[in-house]
Amino acid sequence: MYPREFEYIAPSDLDEALAALDANPGAKVLAGGMSLLPMMKMRLLSPDAVVDIGRIAGLDQISDNGDSISIGALVTHAEVAASDLVMEHGAALATAASWTGDRQVRNRGTCCGSLVHADVAADQPVAALALAATMVAVSSSGTREIAAADFFVDTMMSALEPNEILTEVRIPKAGPGTASAYDKLGRRGGHTDYAVAGVAASVTRSNGSISAATVAVTGVGSKPVLVGEVADALVGSDGSEAAVEAAAAHATCGIEVLEDLYGSVAYKTHLAQVFTARAVNAALSAAG
Amino acid sequence: MSSTSVLGGVVRRREDPALIQGRGRYTDDVKLAATAHVAFVRSPYAHAQVGSVDTSAAAAMEGVLAVYTAADTDHLGPLIAQVPVGALRPLLNSGTVKHVGEAVAMVVAEDPYVAKDAADAVEVDYDPLPAVVDLKHSLSDEVPVHEGASNTLISWVGPFGADEAALAELQQGIEAAKQRDDAVVVSQEMTNQRLIPVPIEPRSVMADYQAGYDRFDIYSSTQIPSALAGAIGKYFGMSMNQVTVKAMEVGGGFGCKLNVYNDEVLVAFASKHLGRPVKWTETRREAANSTIQGRGWVATATVTGTEDGEILGFELEGIADMGAYSQNFTVAIPFLGLFVGSGQYGFPTYWKMDCVTTHTMTTDAYRGAGRPEAAYYLERIIDMYARRIGMDPADVRRKNYISSSEFPGAVSPMGFPMDTGDYATNLDAALETAGWSDLLAERDAARAEGRYVGVGLATYVEVCGFGPSGLVDLGFSWAEYQMPSAFNGSSLVRVHPDGSATVSIGTGPSGQGHQTTWAQIVGDGLGLDVERIRVIHGDTEEAPPSIGTFGSRSAAVDGAACYEATGKVRAKAARIAAHMLEASEEDIEFADGGAHVAGAPDSSVSWGEIAACAYQPHRLPEGLEGGLEAHAIFSPGNATWPFGTHIAVVEVDPDTGDVDLLRYIGMDDCGNVISPMIVDGQIHGGIAQGIGQAMFEDAVYDADGNLLSGSLVDYILPTASDLPSFELDRTVTPTDVNPLGVKGIGEAGTIGSAHTVVNAVVDALEPLGVTHIDMPLRPRRVWQAIQDARA
Ligand SMILES: Cc1cc2nc3c(=O)[nH]c(=O)nc-3n(C[C@H](O)[C@H](O)[C@H](O)COP(=O)(O)OP(=O)(O)OC[C@H]3O[C@@H](n4cnc5c(N)ncnc54)[C@H](O)[C@@H]3O)c2cc1C
Repeated sequence: MYPREFEYIAPSDLDEALAALDANPGAKVLAGGMSLLPMMKMRLLSPDAVVDIGRIAGLDQISDNGDSISIGALVTHAEVAASDLVMEHGAALATAASWTGDRQVRNRGTCCGSLVHADVAADQPVAALALAATMVAVSSSGTREIAAADFFVDTMMSALEPNEILTEVRIPKAGPGTASAYDKLGRRGGHTDYAVAGVAASVTRSNGSISAATVAVTGVGSKPVLVGEVADALVGSDGSEAAVEAAAAHATCGIEVLEDLYGSVAYKTHLAQVFTARAVNAALSAAG
Repeated sequence: MSSTSVLGGVVRRREDPALIQGRGRYTDDVKLAATAHVAFVRSPYAHAQVGSVDTSAAAAMEGVLAVYTAADTDHLGPLIAQVPVGALRPLLNSGTVKHVGEAVAMVVAEDPYVAKDAADAVEVDYDPLPAVVDLKHSLSDEVPVHEGASNTLISWVGPFGADEAALAELQQGIEAAKQRDDAVVVSQEMTNQRLIPVPIEPRSVMADYQAGYDRFDIYSSTQIPSALAGAIGKYFGMSMNQVTVKAMEVGGGFGCKLNVYNDEVLVAFASKHLGRPVKWTETRREAANSTIQGRGWVATATVTGTEDGEILGFELEGIADMGAYSQNFTVAIPFLGLFVGSGQYGFPTYWKMDCVTTHTMTTDAYRGAGRPEAAYYLERIIDMYARRIGMDPADVRRKNYISSSEFPGAVSPMGFPMDTGDYATNLDAALETAGWSDLLAERDAARAEGRYVGVGLATYVEVCGFGPSGLVDLGFSWAEYQMPSAFNGSSLVRVHPDGSATVSIGTGPSGQGHQTTWAQIVGDGLGLDVERIRVIHGDTEEAPPSIGTFGSRSAAVDGAACYEATGKVRAKAARIAAHMLEASEEDIEFADGGAHVAGAPDSSVSWGEIAACAYQPHRLPEGLEGGLEAHAIFSPGNATWPFGTHIAVVEVDPDTGDVDLLRYIGMDDCGNVISPMIVDGQIHGGIAQGIGQAMFEDAVYDADGNLLSGSLVDYILPTASDLPSFELDRTVTPTDVNPLGVKGIGEAGTIGSAHTVVNAVVDALEPLGVTHIDMPLRPRRVWQAIQDARA
């Protein structure tokens, strides 16, 4: 409730913000504050300075880049959920956004903030993984692009350096026959709250069989992960119920499933399989 | 009641505009110059010997005014309790701490941030000791919670008042029934898990000691302002009239503010010691370990009955978690369960609950307080029995009810006289509203499609609205708080010289709509517009002594006092009006803001004119005193016994264990209704809390006594979007213990709901062979139950 004293810096442009991060090595970036502020109030995190990026122009857009779409650093979950562009090219992310937290959280929390925060049970990171998103990280020394597959390093740890700002997440446009979906069981049951287990899937169908697939699982291990074994089992198959079921059996391959208040190892393993099948089936039916 | 009665009409809550616009004043909104702020140093261990407490670094920090330890406050003695069975809480503890969150030291600083920094800088050496958390472990006394004392504080055995011979005979009778050829015995151990009360406004207290006058103003978010005033007076050697407690707006309490807390006493101590106003508002994380919790029972329920639904005996034997220290009611909570141990049924009931200590925060009253637990075991096991004998659960209940013909004069098998009841009529109304047979048919059709739809039913009776003042003889006395007669209701109604009126009353509401309800009672009695009536509550200086708001008591006890005081004022006003109108007193009627002669509406005087006369004694009839106000104390002849029937419809996803609550129907009976909207609101909130227990909430402790679900990330509360729209209706069986005919309704929804949902979920999974699942019915548990049943 009562954070330690910290310096509050509210730059009006990106360069100023990057300079502030350089000048204050212990600083944290503040976007919607939905995760950062509670952690500071609980004194789990006590940065010396907070750099609020909320006043920086140009970061609040969802834009069409021709072959990809970009979601800027200040775009909220509510905006992602309501975007036709995201729905068309990254339905898994739009769905994840619509099921994140409650209305207040969706109106303040940002998609990029959730990606950087990298909670083990968050919805956004798996959507970014399944959609093969690219993170655009900017620091005073330049811009680098990080593939989603390399971004989620560990529990609450992304590949971002302390002096970098994630200015946008870029999602390649979905080509013909490609569609994605997300499904989860939330901690409150249904789709509400963090994922007990959640799965994002993207599939491409051509000539009656699956030609490409990516599947990522959240909530069950120490970080969101791409499960190559499921994708491998899907590719080349006809996408029948039986094929999907068989592929889903690999849902936790390579994941050390962890028990928490919401599920035993057996239960979470089972849920990962259930939601893999559900997400893949939903993506397949959207892919036509 | 006059024909223009506002009682029973839909009236909007007068208090809401201020509350929903953020213009209400809560304790933390009170700003006094030079206020200092408190932070507590709390034990991170459930059980540990405290070594040194080094406050020097904290005390040296800029802005820190004082750091207090037990050495500074031990002279005040421990926290007082109403039912002081078991160890009492030290105000601060530098000996052996007994639960995570126990207060070890108190920092007072210029602002709350500095106070928290300084609290973090206090260095305490702890030598951890083994903790007792599990109830069966505690019962074994293998590890004492308090050195040298048994962990079992008391065992409540019922029927109430039965001696050993009577109990033995009762048990033999049930034993004999079990031996019958047609006997069906169904038994199940069930957990009624611990819950954390989470009012939207955390607890908050501010003390302002005024040395020049040797008196305290205390502002506190409490349900019992008078008890707090009495307690503070007692600690500091002051009389009650030297202490004023004001509970301003209180944003929810649910029983957790029905305690005088050590922090309240400590904040007062610091204010007196420093000569400054001192404030403390708990944080959510802190509240989870320093505000009382509720429930926490493990018990085995057994029904013995015949194959055709006649129940021959019910037994409940279990253990209830008291936490580490006894506070206000603590051990009395299971006794409240015993009160309704046999529910609305007439069958022989044997009931035994051992109250044990654990190294956890104290438990005490939480909405329903013992009665939801008691009802849960009874209604779950009757449901299991109905299923076993293949009988409609509604029919089983109806068959075993105490008949309406036994009222007045019915005495429950637990030994308590009940006021009024008509259970079968209520049950039938619920079945009709829900379309019971259609629901069962729809369920069966869904089952045929392979879906897991379930219909659950439960009925309840509760006891509430305490008084009578004779409860003192049962050991419920507020004498420790200088309030010996506190179970009475009390109200003062005053008409001002301009014809407006004020009612001051000893209640301490936390959202129950008293601004509206008391104004309705006074307005109805005087024929005065509610807008002309001010209501003062939660203020020990302004209101006549009464104990506050809890146990669904306010309308039935203080409301009745309000009604009677209003009647006295009206009687006097009628004499004055008759004198002014030169009419006979019997012909005076009150309506439309004044009095008129019956049948002659033009012959009238306004309340302003009556009041002006009342305050000019020379104009009054011979022998009548000046002024226009009256006080009434009301002690009911009995508590009230509301009842009801709830029905839930659910669908379970067997692949995930996810429960979808599709419909919820409530048919409650709280006697006469003063304000339907307020009564419905109380039932709504109560049902939501019961569903919260059934599906979401769980205070999970690890074996070392750490609370794993102590933040709102993991302590899942129900929200509006998790719940269906409730379908509510009521039957009306007025009580005869108060002149309004009203019974309490604050807790009823909670008492009726948790088992209704569990019954529905178990019904949904019946085809899979599931017979019971412990709450909360989180998906993981439901899924596991399905796996276990399949295995
Ligand atoms: C009540 C509640 C319920 C929730 N429920 C869910 C849920 O169901 N599912 C779910 O997935 N999540 C849930 N969340 C988490 C929520 O989605 C995240 O808190 C939010 O999206 C984080 O974004 P933010 O803009 O608020 O980030 P902040 O809290 O401002 O920041 C979070 C972290 O990211 C860093 N950061 C933020 N933006 C940038 C950037 N552009 N560049 C570099 N670093 C940055 C910050 O320094 C900080 O470390 C919930 C949160 C709350 C409070």
